[in-house]
Amino acid sequence: MIELSGVEKHFAGQVVVHPLSLTIKEGEFLTLLGPSGCGKTTILRMIAGFEHPSKGKILLDGADLTSLPPNRRDLNLVFQHYALFPHMTVEDNIAFGLKMKKLPAKEQQERIQEAVAMTQLTPLVKRYPHQLSGGQQQRVAIARAIANKPKVLLLDEPLGALDLQLRKNLQSELKHLQRSLGITFVYVTHDQEEAMMLSDRIVIMNSGKVEQIGTPREIYAAPTTLFSATFVGENNIFSQDGRLFAVRPEKLKAVRTEDGAKRIGEVLDVLYLGSIHKLIVQLEDEPMTVSIVFDFTDERPWQVGERVGVNWNAEDEVVIGS
Amino acid sequence: MKKSSMGLLPVLLWLSLFLVVPMLIVVGISFMSRDDLGNVVFHFNLDAYATFFDPLYLGIYWDTIVLSILTTALCLLLSYPLAYYIANAGPKMQTWGLAMITIPFWINFLIRTYAWVLLLRTQGVVNNLLIDLGFIQEPLQMLYTKGAVLLGMVYTFIPFMVLTIYVALEQMDKKLLEAASDLGATGWKSFWHITLPQTKSGIMTGSVLVYVSTTGMFVVTDILGGAKSAMISNIIQSQFLGARNWPFGSALSVIFVITSLILIALFNKAMTSKHMTAKEGR
Ligand SMILES: Nc1ncnc2c1ncn2[C@@H]1O[C@H](COP(=O)(O)OP(=O)(O)O)[C@@H](O)[C@H]1O
Ligand SMILES: [Mg+2]
Repeated sequence: MIELSGVEKHFAGQVVVHPLSLTIKEGEFLTLLGPSGCGKTTILRMIAGFEHPSKGKILLDGADLTSLPPNRRDLNLVFQHYALFPHMTVEDNIAFGLKMKKLPAKEQQERIQEAVAMTQLTPLVKRYPHQLSGGQQQRVAIARAIANKPKVLLLDEPLGALDLQLRKNLQSELKHLQRSLGITFVYVTHDQEEAMMLSDRIVIMNSGKVEQIGTPREIYAAPTTLFSATFVGENNIFSQDGRLFAVRPEKLKAVRTEDGAKRIGEVLDVLYLGSIHKLIVQLEDEPMTVSIVFDFTDERPWQVGERVGVNWNAEDEVVIGS
Repeated sequence: MKKSSMGLLPVLLWLSLFLVVPMLIVVGISFMSRDDLGNVVFHFNLDAYATFFDPLYLGIYWDTIVLSILTTALCLLLSYPLAYYIANAGPKMQTWGLAMITIPFWINFLIRTYAWVLLLRTQGVVNNLLIDLGFIQEPLQMLYTKGAVLLGMVYTFIPFMVLTIYVALEQMDKKLLEAASDLGATGWKSFWHITLPQTKSGIMTGSVLVYVSTTGMFVVTDILGGAKSAMISNIIQSQFLGARNWPFGSALSVIFVITSLILIALFNKAMTSKHMTAKEGR
């Protein structure tokens, strides 16, 4: 569907995106995940045509897009701050792309109806953007893009400006929308939970480099680098015999000290988080703390200051480097 | 509520002191008469307004409106592309462009206007050049024409228009153009559907500024227009100073302020309905 081959971007001699090769499949929900400033927006803007790659090619359905201007690419971008046209109503915002494509008036109307129905904007079509809440503006931005029936929808932190509750609701709406439209989504976020929840595949980025590409399950269970091991979910990193490995908190076991534990430590904190309990343990021989998570069925009482053994199964060690 | 109206108090005070009170004085004087020495006499009458309907003054009134509208339109047509160019140029070019627009302000306005006399008069630079190049045999009468006044006005007020439009273009969210392009718009369509409506307030501010300033400008007319090209502002000035007919000068001022307000209101209305139709597109 979309193929990036050896795509690179430099700004004023500085490498912002290191050579990136990536194939995005038809109908896939692919997320670029990484901290702010790692180059996610730049990649999206290269796909949309607002930035020209310093090197490499971008193909859509086998056709080379690299030198096409944005208005001739069959894909749409949902901007980070929506970029709705302030002087146009919701309806006119959505109609804009259709007018530019010179679709017949009747089809324009049908597409607008369809887009506003899918995004639950039907009662708001006559409003101007400034008369809408953040969540509603967000929906208009999506409706404006999907009305064009693009092959690919690019979304740059579309929920970044919204509060938590609204974000949660819109996340499931987005996922649902993507399933029912069946179009490819390339999604950018710095929120690892959001990425895990929405994506078919995640590309973890760090300072312009890809750290790992994989399904949420692969990323969680088998991180390949220190960065992906710690960026997605909580993790405990151990170093032993010159190799580095990670063990997830739920794979660690708290045992009595005399039972032959791999590490010994002192309980720093006990957290009851509803369905799970969590121990924060300061290790004795290393200057680090680990977290251990049990589920609620484990009712052993723990005291702050108590000495505890930390153990795990060898197969739960995920080697992330040496 | 209470707090915000308190905050407005200084502004209201300022406005009434420097705008409302002088205006009321002018309105008051326009209904009075003068004695033989030119002193204002407190005797209510409409003579000053009756004088205005003399064909001489009606003609000048009309000429002033036409000249002011022409000046505004020309300033707008010339300024928009220039402001657009500067706003979209690189940072270095932008600094230069803005400097070029503002540097003329460092030179005394009278000197700049007299410079046009040197250029336009019969023995002036332009005529000499045209004759030397063989385009004309006889010098053209350029100075002391309405064209010279129009040129002088446009020259004088163009920087104001350029700067107002430049600010509007600068303030526009550039992401909107990217969004338009993403939705399939070409450069011209983006300009027509996004840039122009988004800078409308700048166009309106600049136009009103230039129009009102032109109607009040008498120096340019005095220097470049000669006796035949007098504008309302010249008449008002001479009524207050030379002729010492304050009631008539005031009446002309009142009439012209009202005319300007009506024209500005019509212009605003046209601009807002334009926005309603612009979105229909093609
Ligand atoms: N037009 C530009 N000129 C120079 N540097 C830029 C430009 N756009 C982005 N950058 C730099 O590229 C890096 C990546 O930016 P961006 O792609 O926006 O990151 P993200 O979206 O992951 O937060 C940042 O360090 C940013 O400062
Ligand atoms: Mg970004």
